Amino acid sequence: MPNTAKSFTIAGAVLAAVASQTSEADAAQQEKCYGVSMAGENHCAAGPGTTCAGSSTVDYQGNAWTLVDKGTCLEIDLPETADGSERTPSLKPLERDLPS
Amino acid sequence: MFDAHPRFPELPNAPGVGYKPQHFQNIMEDAGSVEWFEVHAENYMGAGGRPHAQMRMLSEKFPISVHGVGLSIGGEGPLDPEHLGRLKHLCEWLQPTVFSEHLAWSSHENAFLNDLLPLPYTKDTLTRVADHIDQLQNTIGRQMMLENPSSYLAFEESTWSEPDFLREVANRSGCGLLLDVNNVFVSATNLGYDPRDYIAAYPLDKVGEIHLGGHDEDEDEHGATLLIDSHGKPVVDPVWALLDHTLALSGPRAILIEWDNDVPDWAELESEAARAANALSQVPA
Amino acid sequence: MTVTQSDFRNAVLNSDLPAPSGLTDGSGQVAGKRFDVYRNNVAVSLSEALETAFPVIAKLLGEENLKGISGLFLRQSPPENPMMMHYGAAFPDFLRSFAPLAHLPYLGDVAEVEQAMRRSYHAADSSPLEADVLAHMPADQIENIKFEFAPSSEVLSSSWPIYDIWAFNMIDGAPKPRAESQDVLVTRIDFDPEPHLLPPGGAVFVSALRSHKTLGEAAETAANSDENFDLGACLTLLLSTQALTTATL
Repeated sequence: MPNTAKSFTIAGAVLAAVASQTSEADAAQQEKCYGVSMAGENHCAAGPGTTCAGSSTVDYQGNAWTLVDKGTCLEIDLPETADGSERTPSLKPLERDLPS
Repeated sequence: MFDAHPRFPELPNAPGVGYKPQHFQNIMEDAGSVEWFEVHAENYMGAGGRPHAQMRMLSEKFPISVHGVGLSIGGEGPLDPEHLGRLKHLCEWLQPTVFSEHLAWSSHENAFLNDLLPLPYTKDTLTRVADHIDQLQNTIGRQMMLENPSSYLAFEESTWSEPDFLREVANRSGCGLLLDVNNVFVSATNLGYDPRDYIAAYPLDKVGEIHLGGHDEDEDEHGATLLIDSHGKPVVDPVWALLDHTLALSGPRAILIEWDNDVPDWAELESEAARAANALSQVPA
Repeated sequence: MTVTQSDFRNAVLNSDLPAPSGLTDGSGQVAGKRFDVYRNNVAVSLSEALETAFPVIAKLLGEENLKGISGLFLRQSPPENPMMMHYGAAFPDFLRSFAPLAHLPYLGDVAEVEQAMRRSYHAADSSPLEADVLAHMPADQIENIKFEFAPSSEVLSSSWPIYDIWAFNMIDGAPKPRAESQDVLVTRIDFDPEPHLLPPGGAVFVSALRSHKTLGEAAETAANSDENFDLGACLTLLLSTQALTTATL
């Protein structure tokens, strides 16, 4: 692709992206509520904090482990493949069956 | 050396509570009887985001006490210079009214154990603790307060009582003291002494802040009561009584309610603070 | 009898060891259960820290399974400093290498998303790039633009549908994960980090821009890596999520 044509394509994509922002940004501005967004924590993203308190819960003995209950893992039921290996640089779906 | 310039130069002789982010909006609307807040230093050592934004707004309106839980002042090894640097940076941008830490250790051989672990009270540990406090105070450019721990066991090698040890550390390092009345009650029950004897021996003139919190009750393998300093419940009546006894001897002080596990809604936490305000109102100024 | 902090630490982390001798209940009886209070405080506080830090892993595995795994992990990798907000950086690799979980090979990559969300939450504040700045760049120079990214932005690339798995567990009504590899852009508008599914070629494009390639170079690399690369979609996402802070020629 000649350089000028490439520039034109990139410039076009940039302008389109910029144009799409104006309305979204305005909407976001209108909905922004400082008080509400300050209120709490989001999805535990804050992570753990420190403690200066002891625990009254019993210890988890850390010497052995067995699978004792089921989380959502089994609901997700991603097909197993021998292909958990390196991905290719593309985002093409891996050679796997779709989950039912 | 001392270059601290906090917006609020002193903690009021009034109730404060341990700050929890979920209470931010309640506090900004009406803090009730709560006049100041305490935060754990280590939770504000990120680079920005909501924790910093909330703390900037909170510190405009209220005196802030920064309470370190991770410096490991009682550690055998040297203080972590990186962590000292983080504490210095925090004190610089937040300009808290006071800074306090614990008579305990938590880091050893590159592991931070996230608990306040006990140390024996000997000539050697006394020198080490006083030196560490001196180093910290020089780093952050202000006096700190050292808090008495909750004890679940005793060291055979100890040669000092805890109040005498704390008094001597304060004399050597020039630090102030923080008196956790619930910790006194927990330790006295666990180790079998009268908490009033401990209070009588404590250098109350050096106390700049009092802590109160809830504890849980268990028993050891011999059937003896074992109290756990869990900060997950209201303060019990015998601890309120021990507070009254202490305040009658010390005069009014800043009093903090600590509630770190199973944190209640703002109204319940505020009602604990109101009870502390009532206790203070009984004390002659 | 001197109790060293090495003795104390080792016994706290290993319940098979006896409590160090020289510790008593205050009236001369050897400390047994009293020492266990410290074992308990350490194990429970660190397990709870991991549960807080990895809510999606907690849901994927179930609470009891996570507690058991946390007990193993915390003894092998206790925190290295008091910054508990970042504890668990080694947890994704632990999940990848833990043989009993080999049948769930995506756990490590999903845990990386959660780590990135936390780093983003605590990252430095910054001002987003105003879209107008781009509109006023000379059209023939646009391919030479270089961008700076917000400290709260992160890019992750996986062979697994990491965005879908995250959303399925964290957003009410989100659909079951698709069987595809996915890339995620984590960004933070104001204070709340959010993961976003990157369109095809997006991770290559964003990674190139983050290493200060020009817009033209990054677009070319991405187009070469994925025939479905969509420059407009990627730029729209970067602008609308406030991932960018400056654009310079």
